[in-house]
Amino acid sequence: MTNMAEEVVKLNNAWVQYDGTTVLENINLSIRRDDFLGLIGPNGGGKTTLLKLILGLIAPSRGEVTILGEPPDKGRKYVGYVPQYSLFDRDFPINVMEVVLTGRLSHAKPFHRYRKADREAAAEALRAVDMLDFKDRQIGMLSGGQQQRVFVARALVGEPKLLLLDEPMSNVDAPMQGEFYELLERLKQRMPIVLVSHDISAVSVYVDKIACLNRKLYYHESKELTPEDLEAAYQCPIQMIAHGVPHRVLKEHTHE
Amino acid sequence: MIDALLHYPFMQNAFAAGILAAIACGIIGTYVVVKRMVFISGGISHASFGGIGIGYYLTQYISWMTPVYGALIFTLFSALGMGTFIRRTHLSEDTAIGIMWAVGMAIGIIFIGLTPGYTPDLTGYLFGSILTVSKANLIMMGVLDAIIIVTVIMLYKEFLAISFDQDFGTALGLPTQRLYLILLCLIALTVVLLIRVVGIILIIALLTIPSATARQHTHDLKKMMLLSIAFGIIAVLGGLWLSYELDMASGATIILLSAAIFAASTIYTRLRHRKHDDIEEKAQ
Repeated sequence: MTNMAEEVVKLNNAWVQYDGTTVLENINLSIRRDDFLGLIGPNGGGKTTLLKLILGLIAPSRGEVTILGEPPDKGRKYVGYVPQYSLFDRDFPINVMEVVLTGRLSHAKPFHRYRKADREAAAEALRAVDMLDFKDRQIGMLSGGQQQRVFVARALVGEPKLLLLDEPMSNVDAPMQGEFYELLERLKQRMPIVLVSHDISAVSVYVDKIACLNRKLYYHESKELTPEDLEAAYQCPIQMIAHGVPHRVLKEHTHE
Repeated sequence: MIDALLHYPFMQNAFAAGILAAIACGIIGTYVVVKRMVFISGGISHASFGGIGIGYYLTQYISWMTPVYGALIFTLFSALGMGTFIRRTHLSEDTAIGIMWAVGMAIGIIFIGLTPGYTPDLTGYLFGSILTVSKANLIMMGVLDAIIIVTVIMLYKEFLAISFDQDFGTALGLPTQRLYLILLCLIALTVVLLIRVVGIILIIALLTIPSATARQHTHDLKKMMLLSIAFGIIAVLGGLWLSYELDMASGATIILLSAAIFAASTIYTRLRHRKHDDIEEKAQ
């Protein structure tokens, strides 16, 4: 029996359809309190749609999504979100502290002003990602990896019960990626993390569980996916994607 | 010029109008520049001509109606219409704006033609006539400035959040579309404020040039607003003085002066950066 209280996010037979096209088909997914889940899948497979579903930005056409037992528009405040790196304007006149403070707006009533508690929470979040020393720096002056840390701080400042990261490595230089994963490793002690990536090999080294999404979700609440799962999801022979994948992703199976 | 300022009420009004216009431009122009809304602002300002025409037409039926009140009402509606239309249509954003831009102007021309009697001097609306600003105009400009300032103070954080990262704002549960429409309405109010000062055709210049200049000198949005108000005041009052001394069109002189300030600022910024780089090189 699974303990219901442990489920931070639950998707129950959730479908998403646009103009008659099925983007997500019958998704059943439970994210539990100490999960560190890697979500992989081909481009256009619905990974970002799944995140939007959890954030309540789109409604399921069928089925149900709950966050800590509440519907997404109410439960959204428990979710810290790090969006896919967008080409924001590097010259934008905003400093690191101000970027992080925008993460407090999810709790704010209209017209409220930032208070001491907001600034302290922002400083705390920046400390958690080792970026407090840069708080007065204009955001564009930072490296890609540092910017990504600031965006994690912006997600943390709302005191989330779940962290969603959409392709967080796309703008991080290779040498800095290890450090970034170490940060996630630390954050995992505090909350479940869902990490979306198209890069199976990088993700699989760090996460505890892997799910594969291409319209349907292939997930066994473990770090193992069968070659059949991957073949079904990627719709191509397994050799093409298994290349370079650490063996522990794939379930060991005996050759005939 | 100082003499004229002391003795002629029209010159005093022009001065006050210039300052009131620069305040609105500095604040709203900053959003126009950082949120890249230059083209939609151009659309809103040109569409305001439709309001001028309708207002002028309605003066024969409604006693309190003036072309500027017509522009105020029509421009607010066209800003809301454009903001909604570009989200709902399958057309690309710039195509949708281009259509509404031209339709607004066409409506203005038609209604002015429909109005019986003597055709008014349109160049005042198209190219500005800061020297004919009345006390009543000044009061309206002051009220519009107050609305803009109060709204921006109340929604500063939200505007900053959606300007920097609209997607994240949506994920936070902010009403991003409504905030965007409010911002477009503030642009509409600024446009109405500026019609008298530089004219419909040149409004876009005052909505962009002072803020673009300010941006070269700060990374803080509030400071950028204050600096662009300062650059706007220098351009408007300096342009007014130059046009008076040299007997040139005031609106166009104001724009050329603000462009000259921008050019000087660009050169200054480049030189300073180069100097900074040299120092760093020597230090290494």
